[in-house]
Amino acid sequence: MTATAGVFREPSRKTFDTEQHLANAYQQAQDRHYEDFLIVDVDSHHYETEAFGEIAKYIEDPVLRDEALYQGMARGGVTSIDGSYQEMTGRVTRYPLRRHEVTPPTIHRDLTLMRRWMDPMGVDMACMFPTPMLNIATCPRVETEVALARAYNRWLCDNILAEEPRLTSMLYLPFNDPEACYKIVEEFGDRKGVIGFMVTSTHYKSVQDNAFVKTYGALQERGLPLGFHAAYTWGDKSTALMNRFISVHALGFVWHNMVHMTNWLMNGMPERFPKLKTLWIESGLAWVPFLMQRLDNEFMMRSSDAPLLKRKPSDYMREMFYTSQPMEMVDNQEALELTFKMINAESQLLYSSDYPHWDMDLPSTIYDLPFLKEQGKRAILGGNAQSLFKLEPHFAPWKLERSHQRQAATGA
Amino acid sequence: MSELYVCKVGELDDGSVRLVGEPGRQIGVMLHDGEYLAYRNRCPHQGGPACEGVRIPQVQDVLAEDGQFLGQRYDENDLHIVCPWHGYEFHIKTGEHVINPAIRLHKHKAVVREGAVYVQL
Repeated sequence: MTATAGVFREPSRKTFDTEQHLANAYQQAQDRHYEDFLIVDVDSHHYETEAFGEIAKYIEDPVLRDEALYQGMARGGVTSIDGSYQEMTGRVTRYPLRRHEVTPPTIHRDLTLMRRWMDPMGVDMACMFPTPMLNIATCPRVETEVALARAYNRWLCDNILAEEPRLTSMLYLPFNDPEACYKIVEEFGDRKGVIGFMVTSTHYKSVQDNAFVKTYGALQERGLPLGFHAAYTWGDKSTALMNRFISVHALGFVWHNMVHMTNWLMNGMPERFPKLKTLWIESGLAWVPFLMQRLDNEFMMRSSDAPLLKRKPSDYMREMFYTSQPMEMVDNQEALELTFKMINAESQLLYSSDYPHWDMDLPSTIYDLPFLKEQGKRAILGGNAQSLFKLEPHFAPWKLERSHQRQAATGA
Repeated sequence: MSELYVCKVGELDDGSVRLVGEPGRQIGVMLHDGEYLAYRNRCPHQGGPACEGVRIPQVQDVLAEDGQFLGQRYDENDLHIVCPWHGYEFHIKTGEHVINPAIRLHKHKAVVREGAVYVQL
């Protein structure tokens, strides 16, 4: 047998050449003598996304043109329902510049970046949440939500919470799958840094569904709070009517929590799970007095609709916990002070920054409030969280050092 | 009155900013349409470094005579200083917040003398 020299070609995943990819098609075309007639393809495509930077320049509206150039188009761009519009076309610079921040290679980047914002703000301990992954709540593929929730929770516990005692989290519950929620509580409830569990409020599942009772029972038994973390989605039928981000954000972040809070109360959950503490996260505060008044008024007329409640809805709401941000504090301090009274803020309110998001609040938003005494400020900024989550305090290194220096200087 | 040296005339490009002073007490000096403007680099909202943000003109909704919405445009005659922390916007010429003029960046006087720019403290 004689061997002839072959023509070698080794396909590579690193390059791509369309003509090479379709070499067999060219052979077909030759074999069939396509040169004898005209062929017209009436449905073909290109990926205009690769030229979107050029296309965006053709948008006539200059404001929208800048938004499109900043955000791109699909997958987070101007046409996606939960895109990058909230970054305000680059006005809030930490969004676009964040990717350029250099971090040391030996420490996990997330640890470095968390410490880098916590230290200057004077934050000692933080309960951290994901950002885009909150939106897997609206993923129609339930098994994907469950898989991502488990992956994120495992990754967070293994790589972040295990490494830094200043960092904690209320882990994501894939609320579209009640049984998976229960399993996640059982699997992760004892992991280091896990101080509770969290539902993204844009879930379209009723909190009173019997399927969740097992999860609530498990949380109550472990003494772990349940958080409802607000979010927005442009996919909701009501927010789909809105054309501006400010609209969908301002209403979306309260609306979904108002729905869950109302269901939670009218179905008597505080009576059914009296030791289960709930925390309402990132809806601000102004919605709470509104809902208290609204529900109390109707409850007094039709208490038969909520027979498990032994007291007014607002009485239960005053025993729940709330995070502070985004605190509505534009030139109406009287309203804010009344809100603080109505929610028993000095024991029920927990400071939150929401950093690095565009509407973040510094600790000074609480510390500078003139109607709070020092004790109340300290409770809201840290003491209430310490009690609720049974936290062992871990201070920022610079605060410990400064505290020691001051003690040494005063001889204390 | 004490002054801080900022730069030589011509050293700062139109539209750019230079921060002078100690950290935490800095003043942003910017050249805008040939005029040196100086503001404390501290936003009256939550204390952000306002002078370090981008500068974007006023956005306007464009309406037809019958009230229909036609689109948006910029008012290039009204440039804003945008605080990078939260996006609070201030008129570059006055330092006043675009909605509530009572909220304003603290303005300093910039003076040009003998080919150099100084800011008064």
